[in-house]
Amino acid sequence: MGEGTLSKAQEPGVRVSMFEGLRHRLPLETYVLALTVLVWILLAVFSKYFWTTGNITDILRQVSIDAILAFGSLFPIVLAGIDLSVGSVAGLAGVIFSMLIADAGQGILVALVVTVVVGLIIGMVNGWASERLGIPPFIVTLAGLQGYRGLALLLSGGLTIAGMPPGLQKFALSSVLHVPSLFLLMLAFGLAAHFLLAYTRTGRYMYAIGSNIESARRVGIRVTLVVIISYALASLYATISGLLLVARLSMGAPTAATGSELAAIAAAVVGGASLFGGRGTILGCFIGALLFTTIGNGANLLGVNSFWQMVIEGLLIAFVVYFDNLQKRRQAGLG
Amino acid sequence: MAPLLEVEGLVKSFGPVDVLHGVDLSLAAGEVLALVGDNGAGKSTLIKHVAGVYRPDAGEIRLEGQPVRVETPGQARALGIETVYQDLALADELSVGANIFLGREPVKHLFGFLPIIDNRRIRMETDALLARIESKIPPRARSVSRLSGGQRQAVSIARALYWRAKVVIMDEPTAALAVMEREHVIGLARRLASEGVGVIYIGHNLIEILEVADRVSVMYRGRIVHMTKAEETNQQELIKYMTGFTGK
Repeated sequence: MGEGTLSKAQEPGVRVSMFEGLRHRLPLETYVLALTVLVWILLAVFSKYFWTTGNITDILRQVSIDAILAFGSLFPIVLAGIDLSVGSVAGLAGVIFSMLIADAGQGILVALVVTVVVGLIIGMVNGWASERLGIPPFIVTLAGLQGYRGLALLLSGGLTIAGMPPGLQKFALSSVLHVPSLFLLMLAFGLAAHFLLAYTRTGRYMYAIGSNIESARRVGIRVTLVVIISYALASLYATISGLLLVARLSMGAPTAATGSELAAIAAAVVGGASLFGGRGTILGCFIGALLFTTIGNGANLLGVNSFWQMVIEGLLIAFVVYFDNLQKRRQAGLG
Repeated sequence: MAPLLEVEGLVKSFGPVDVLHGVDLSLAAGEVLALVGDNGAGKSTLIKHVAGVYRPDAGEIRLEGQPVRVETPGQARALGIETVYQDLALADELSVGANIFLGREPVKHLFGFLPIIDNRRIRMETDALLARIESKIPPRARSVSRLSGGQRQAVSIARALYWRAKVVIMDEPTAALAVMEREHVIGLARRLASEGVGVIYIGHNLIEILEVADRVSVMYRGRIVHMTKAEETNQQELIKYMTGFTGK
């Protein structure tokens, strides 16, 4: 606490609450959403194909899978942790699922259940290792990033796995009242995650642990349990996005979702999550994922070199985080 | 009637270092007992036993006459022993209400089966509580990170008050505060005592100690060397005991 913060505490009412109000109306997500809308308008102006049913449906399908991965990544981020293994887990889940169907002749339901159980176990191990063994989650999940991708390549022999039942892709490309089924599925998973984070004790404890793990312990929160749940959810959402990728492409690919952990984390951060923990929302993740998907789509439509696209995305992350810090520092000065 | 809290013959060493050599202490309901002593005298070690952070090598802790085991902070809390820590143990990103209710949120059931946090009740109770302690904390503050040091102490104290703590330990609660805020926190300590809470108050500032406390215990090298009513002592006497220059 510096001198400045102390002196104003004698009459804290007015200025603090004024700024509270401003902060209420304009969280970071609002600016990112505005930016996304701006990009949509620009693309609609510069590309005749952008604002067509086919393209919008494509964007909605693409953002669905990315957003589910980002939702999952948010849980560990809220804890001030991180899960770098979600892309590899998605890839491994796709391989296990498609091999169970194509090679082992199992039905979709059995394959689904087995894959989800494997995903949950991976997540629980991640959470347990980072909390109980005291290994930083960055390291635990970095090992997972390599290890699970390796496992996916080993199991599949590095080859894609075809022979999915046609119904799977049909589902992935289907729509309900012109809204892609994948998008509806994403909404359902998003709502579930939002509900958990915003309305349940478990969710609140995730924010509490991310804010101050010692105070969480002192009030008797079962920190290990909450951490394990968070990483299990990250892995579960990664597994689901892996399965949806298989459905969409109608095949399992061991290299699927490579590098997507960073896109997922970037979406969460651009959507207002703090890597220092305690902050972040599902809506923010969705907006972040939508912005990145839109940029990717627009770059394709306008024929922008995909290397440039990476540079643009990098600049965007740097800008948004800088902007957020700037806002916070200004706030600290005032309030 | 038995005192609210009694500590008897508490012994603790960390490896080869003996920190507490058989400490006795008693605290009555509705009193502020100050604990003073130089750095390393054992004040923090002593209260961390009561708060469930450390386990004693020997000795007994009794609450309302009954021997109790206080082996975790959770157990201490369940027994009605709350600690307001020097390092402000609040979850920064959570609201005032969420902090007061952290770990004990009221729950209601959505559609009759989905347990969710009753945020409306938390807000109402928090408003009433802050009004009760006459705090100037904006009750709708979205995160306590934007509150001043004194306001954060007040949140911790309000938490203890709300949960009907029997014993509240305040570990240098004013160490990082400006003068005006210090007065407010001292007022809150007296307020707790007037509601029948037993308060153990650790501090360095003797003027403040003599203002807030009913009784003062002086620790020196792991022992309580002097116990007096606050009105029957003065700074010079306390310093003498704190530094060991008692002429003996």
